[in-house]
Amino acid sequence: MSRALRFLPLAVLAVILGAMVWRLANPGDSVIRSKLEGKPIPAFALPAALPGKPALSSANLATGQPRLLNIFASWCVPCIGEAPVLDQLKHRGVQIDAIAIRDRPADVAQFLARHGDPYQRIGADMDSRVQLALGSSGVPESFVIDGRGIIRYQHVGPIEHDQIRLILAELEKAE
Amino acid sequence: MRLLAAILLLLAAPALADSNMPPAYWANRQLPDVRQEAAATRLMFEIRCLVCQGQSVADSDAEIAGDMRHLIRSRVAAGEKPAAIRSWLVERYGNWISYTPPAEPIGWPLWAAPFLLLAAGLVLIRKRIARRRAS
Repeated sequence: MSRALRFLPLAVLAVILGAMVWRLANPGDSVIRSKLEGKPIPAFALPAALPGKPALSSANLATGQPRLLNIFASWCVPCIGEAPVLDQLKHRGVQIDAIAIRDRPADVAQFLARHGDPYQRIGADMDSRVQLALGSSGVPESFVIDGRGIIRYQHVGPIEHDQIRLILAELEKAE
Repeated sequence: MRLLAAILLLLAAPALADSNMPPAYWANRQLPDVRQEAAATRLMFEIRCLVCQGQSVADSDAEIAGDMRHLIRSRVAAGEKPAAIRSWLVERYGNWISYTPPAEPIGWPLWAAPFLLLAAGLVLIRKRIARRRAS
């Protein structure tokens, strides 16, 4: 065996260790995206999340105009931070509907009273069934849906102030 | 005082990560039909939890994992094939959601590695034997 070849296992070990250290330093993207972007929204019909607010079904989302579908919950802390941003989007003329995950009517009402209500319709998803059907994996998440009911963009996590333009651009693209 | 309250609130936030609702009906309850329960359990061990990521939905205490167990059990109870439920989930979350992903081209070297190493070992041994015979 040649001398250089003798160090081959050591070199292999160094490469493996290097790869491990690199992966530890750059853990990569752990966001799970829905594969339904570009596909029609799955059919669903949810009951109203609280009295006095219309219920939400998939038919309500294909209205000929792009809409924003927000997945939220009264028990979700980042949703509180997102609320003023949704309010701003509403003031800019965005049509927003929502799905409340695992929520009681009284809790939703309190959340809306405290943090504002930008929603036209809110459906109650008691066992996350529609959330799973949408390929969503948490709260908050938002979907841009075009006039024909096709999902055009999924936003994972709260929409931050500096992402308002991004959302407006995605809504415009969905025109 | 306000700052303290804010800090305490931040610390308390993780406790609010789950809803106050009870688990879904089939989340922690076995199906009455033994065979259906076995089929559902087999699938639940093969489906990855969305928020814990290192655990299957059968192993996880996360709320959404409970909802996924509920989804799987109620669909199995309704007569749906586990394979159909799996592909329904893969359609939404990608192969990532399954612990038994199909062999994709990117994984082929990994599958080939044991055979290549075995072949390399055989070549090495043959060379060594040949050398020993020669000496």
